[in-house]
Amino acid sequence: MIERLRQILLKEFIHLFRDKQARFSLIVPPLLQMLIFGYAASYEVNRVSTAVLDFDHSQESRDFLERISASSRFQVREVLQNESQIPSLLDHRRVVLVLQIQPGFAELLRKGQTAPIQAVLDGTDSNTALIAVEYINQIAARFAQDYQLQLADRTRPTLATFAPNIELQERPWYNANLESRWFFVPGVIGTLVLVSVLQLTSFAVVREREIGTLEQLMVTPISPTELIVGKTLPFLIVGLANVVFVGILGSYWFEVPFRGNILVLLLGTTLFLSSALGVGLLISTVSQTQQQAFAISFFYITPAIMLSGFGYPIGSMPTTLQYLTNLDPLRFFLVVLRGTFIKGVGLSVLWPQMIAMAILGAATLTIATLRFHKTLD
Amino acid sequence: MDEKTVVVRDLVKDFPGVRAIDHLSFDVAPGEIFGIVGPDGAGKTTTMRILAGVLAPDGGGATVARCDVVADPEGVKNLISYMPQRFGLYEDLTVDENIRFYADLFGVSRRDRESRAGELLKSCGMSEFRGRQAGKLSGGMKQKLGLVCALIHTPRVLLLDEPTNGVDPVSRREFWVMLYSLVGQGVTVVNSTAYLDEAERCHRVALLHQGRLLFCDSPARLKSRLQGSVVSIVSVEARRVRDELAAAEGVSSVVLVGDAVHLFVDDAERRIPDLSARLIGRQIPFDEIVRVTPSIEDLFVEAVRKDSTRVAA
Repeated sequence: MIERLRQILLKEFIHLFRDKQARFSLIVPPLLQMLIFGYAASYEVNRVSTAVLDFDHSQESRDFLERISASSRFQVREVLQNESQIPSLLDHRRVVLVLQIQPGFAELLRKGQTAPIQAVLDGTDSNTALIAVEYINQIAARFAQDYQLQLADRTRPTLATFAPNIELQERPWYNANLESRWFFVPGVIGTLVLVSVLQLTSFAVVREREIGTLEQLMVTPISPTELIVGKTLPFLIVGLANVVFVGILGSYWFEVPFRGNILVLLLGTTLFLSSALGVGLLISTVSQTQQQAFAISFFYITPAIMLSGFGYPIGSMPTTLQYLTNLDPLRFFLVVLRGTFIKGVGLSVLWPQMIAMAILGAATLTIATLRFHKTLD
Repeated sequence: MDEKTVVVRDLVKDFPGVRAIDHLSFDVAPGEIFGIVGPDGAGKTTTMRILAGVLAPDGGGATVARCDVVADPEGVKNLISYMPQRFGLYEDLTVDENIRFYADLFGVSRRDRESRAGELLKSCGMSEFRGRQAGKLSGGMKQKLGLVCALIHTPRVLLLDEPTNGVDPVSRREFWVMLYSLVGQGVTVVNSTAYLDEAERCHRVALLHQGRLLFCDSPARLKSRLQGSVVSIVSVEARRVRDELAAAEGVSSVVLVGDAVHLFVDDAERRIPDLSARLIGRQIPFDEIVRVTPSIEDLFVEAVRKDSTRVAA
């Protein structure tokens, strides 16, 4: 029994490492994806291409636009003369934001009234537009506050100190500079390991079906259970190695801190991978060829990533979808990844996620094993 | 002791919409090479898979080396080796690694494995390829390696499902030499084939058609048991000969064999003059018209014909 298992494991590792292409696909894609995601995936909005249209030509309007162009969030690309220029600029994506100041802007301010500024935005990329508006708001609020103080200073110098205001003191825990890379890198580790383990497992079984060795194995005294363990254990090991490898890359190259306990992370990874292995096995039972397995795996991977909270906060999803996310093991694994990397919390905090992943893993593996037995007959 | 190694009794297997095996019974004696012969779809592979314990029959039963394949399908697996049309080799593993893998699955000790692998590889002329990856072997060599892997645990019964399909003639002959030497070592071989010339090499054959056993005997006795005789007509226009004579008096079936036409007739001596006269009358050229010993192929065609008329009636 042990000897047979040992042989299957050995054979699986020969498959993985003998072939140049297999070796390549084991190491290079995760590496590349980590690098690409690490650099590209970010919520931060910088250097928004902007056009300005100032009809007021006042000291105040120039001051305001000066603050916009001084901010690294915006890059003023065009200074316009009339409104007819706007549509073409937005159509061609030369700019995504046009700030327009109407005549009388300064006059309203001087009278102590509310002065409008119009922001025309390319709403196609709604996320960038939303964030850009937020930045403009901040700059406008600061401008108004400063202007108020100045005005007060000039008109009633004695009361200059009397200007009630609220100042927000941001103290983000765990990620003091709110770097979105810290949010993304652990997420990338989770999705990477899901994709690679899922596909490795389903391919390994389907390949044996394709070349006819699965049928050959069935006429040997090997039991289906031994076969399943032999076909999944190697990829559990590969998955764990992957997490360590990509994790090291994340913390040394991208300087994302790892503050927790590596053992907690590895426990979480093992529980998570039991689901990934189960789904991989399930896919192999419904696929006749590796291409089929590849195509079907995307039906799982895409929603699994969408519902995991990898990029879109689960709290903002409709309630029904939020319930559905509880079936997604990646959702819990991301909490464990972010918890161990960024927060440095341990089992006392992460136990609910661990239990959820254990339940999902056991269920998936059971279903997969039952179906696997069936397809062998 | 006259105990049969393989006993098949009243076996039935249904697949959706088709009865693959229809009340099949036969016995195989120890040390025999037993051929299961029939066209594609006759039920050869299904029979083999039932004997190998990977497919459960819907009716009847079978024992292999006294092990009941229905009650104990796992037990059978230690006693047999099943070699399908394409033996499942791992192409990225070397010859030695493949052998080792299968040896370990069957729990063969390291010492036994070494001596047996050396012996088997030598007998099929593959000793110098032990380090080569299986994917880089020729088709015939792959098949021989398959046989080596199948034999590494010294099975009592070897089940071969069309093992020489698509294998070159030289490798085929070597393959048969290996089979004969196995029988010498007391292994019983059940071999299915669609090639009738291979069936003639078996000690006994079972002819299968649409899941039914048409007959089961030694190739020689099958031939002698045949009623009527076979007339062979060699002609450059064999097709015209066939079409012309298919419905002639006394002819029960016609089959094209290369550039000759084989006719089953009730009495060769009596019919030959009529047949040749008819061809001359139609101005169909032919080189010779003689009575021949029927081949398995002739027998098969005739047997299938009789079977179909029986079913039609």
